[in-house]
Amino acid sequence: MRLLRHLATDDFKQRLASGELPIRVGPYIYNVQSNLPTVAAGIATLYADFRIAEPGDFVDYNVAIVHSGLLQRMQSKAKFLFDKRSPFNAIPAEQAYAFLEWGMNWCVSVHANEYLKLHAAAVSRGDRAIIMPGIPGAGKSTLCAALGLSGWRILSDEHAMIRPYTTQIIPLCRPVSLKNESIAVIKSFSSDAIFGPVSKETHKGVVAHMKADLQADCHDTQHLQASEMVFPRYARDEPQRLSPRRRTDSFILAAYHSFNYSLLCEAGFEAMKALIENVDCFDLVYHDLDWAVSAVNELPDRPSGL
Amino acid sequence: MSFLLQRILLEPRLVLELNNEQLNQLLSQARSARLLASLAHQLQHEAVDSQLSTTVSRHLQSAILIHEKQKKDLAYDIEKIKLVLDSISERLVLLKGAAYMLAELPVGRGRLITDIDILVPQQRIDEVEKAFKKNGWKSGYINNYNERYYRNWSHEIPPLTNGARGTTLDVHHNILPPTARPNINSNLFFDRLIEVKPGIFTLSWQDMVIHSATHLFHEGEFHHGLRDLWDMDRMLRDFPGRDPQFWEGLVSRAQELELQVSLFHGLSYTQQLFGTPLPEGIVEHTGNRSKSLHKPVMDFLFSRAFRPDHPQCKLPYTDLALGILYVRSHLLRMPLYLLLPHLARKAWMRLFEADGHSHESPKNKEI
Repeated sequence: MRLLRHLATDDFKQRLASGELPIRVGPYIYNVQSNLPTVAAGIATLYADFRIAEPGDFVDYNVAIVHSGLLQRMQSKAKFLFDKRSPFNAIPAEQAYAFLEWGMNWCVSVHANEYLKLHAAAVSRGDRAIIMPGIPGAGKSTLCAALGLSGWRILSDEHAMIRPYTTQIIPLCRPVSLKNESIAVIKSFSSDAIFGPVSKETHKGVVAHMKADLQADCHDTQHLQASEMVFPRYARDEPQRLSPRRRTDSFILAAYHSFNYSLLCEAGFEAMKALIENVDCFDLVYHDLDWAVSAVNELPDRPSGL
Repeated sequence: MSFLLQRILLEPRLVLELNNEQLNQLLSQARSARLLASLAHQLQHEAVDSQLSTTVSRHLQSAILIHEKQKKDLAYDIEKIKLVLDSISERLVLLKGAAYMLAELPVGRGRLITDIDILVPQQRIDEVEKAFKKNGWKSGYINNYNERYYRNWSHEIPPLTNGARGTTLDVHHNILPPTARPNINSNLFFDRLIEVKPGIFTLSWQDMVIHSATHLFHEGEFHHGLRDLWDMDRMLRDFPGRDPQFWEGLVSRAQELELQVSLFHGLSYTQQLFGTPLPEGIVEHTGNRSKSLHKPVMDFLFSRAFRPDHPQCKLPYTDLALGILYVRSHLLRMPLYLLLPHLARKAWMRLFEADGHSHESPKNKEI
């Protein structure tokens, strides 16, 4: 099994430039192409421990982020390509790395429907696996990164993929996307955090990605059984609390935060029901990251019974 | 010269002989051509999808789910659209994808849509627009130039979007712009409508084919070119069974509408790409009466346009061919004295104005 860091630097650069770099991410294979140095640097750092697929393997998503043509070079713009076509407008080249990661998210958000996909981070430790749905800005990525730096395995910071009618989470570990203040928060939380390129002035402000595969088993593809659903919310002026949450509310909120709950129709409802009925649900309101991590560490073993 | 997607659409069993790299190419081509769900449907129909590995078939399954969801949403949206038209006693006439899907025609199987197209009589267009705006539909943001373009030179009003559901509705009062050659009398379509569901109409089978061909050969961009030809193939295989007079009347109807040149191209390229069975001599019959004396040139251009927008499918001079077709479509659409300033303005907006051009956004589609 070959990891990306096993490739010689020249080989890596040549493969990336020519689009022959098939990377295994959970159940999928992304073939990545780029002629931008900042993207090469980001991938070399953040995907070093990812598995390279074999030449004969089926590639799920062909993605690229490239300068194409003289005009784009002059304007210092780059384009994200999926199947060699551009679904989006060109973006400033210095934001290329963030857009590659967004583009890779988009592939799964739009094209994969074999799982119920929740817009949620997911982490696991021992026999516990926690789904953390949240609107952008709720602090789910920050909490996910902090848990990853505290011994938890990061299953995803964007898509919690659930096999319908079960509580099985399919791991889809990719770099954690951190925005604005949360970058400094994580840097001061742990000196172990490894960051990729910083993209400034994106539509979400400053964005940097953190290496997510910090545990030895991060790239195992075996599913895990979800045990809890925690809804994190960063609130500076509220008392911190971890409190049980009703399943009915949790259902509605998780469905609202799903990419394909509505697309799956009745199957989506049944899948969500099977999940919610079998996990305990909590609200986590926090402003101190250390407190939030220890609260998750100490989640009660007993079913909350709601 | 055939390409992978074309071969597999016609002979689904061949998919079992493909290696993983070819399967990846097939799915990429199908996605680029917006034919992934159609391909999935073909494979399912021949029961070969279940013999593929799940890493491949999950993508096909996903496309089918998207299609199924669109079909459900369409049925709901159509009900709401019908209520609005009912309120001003106007009939609901569906065009293109929405018509194929709602009428449950074979051409609608696996068809994906981005918006709903309807046709209303030209003399009622203002009333229709008012009625929709009174009922929760609004025009999306377009700049002043594009707004003027729609109002003066287009065969549709600026797209309407449903505030609550996000559905896009294109309201047409004709199938070609008023500045186009030929100038079509759209009232002719209303004489032959088919009621496919209570109170829901489509064009007649013949007019559907003629419209599809016209749309295709007057269109300046070919993202959907192959998909539109696939539509024609499906219709031409299906409609003769619904109407025994289908073939007899097709050519004369096209002549009546002055659209025989488009029909000629449509029939000949559909047959060329998908081996569509046509009655003996019909292409020649259409062609003889058409003004199309430039067949070799057209073959050169269209053989390039009707391939998936994908590097593996690209023939030499594809960009040149697409450029020529882009200009051709505009020449068909409006006279030069209108066209030149328009193209200059479009180029300017594309380079310097953020809202001049946007990919895949139905609200900002190329005009």
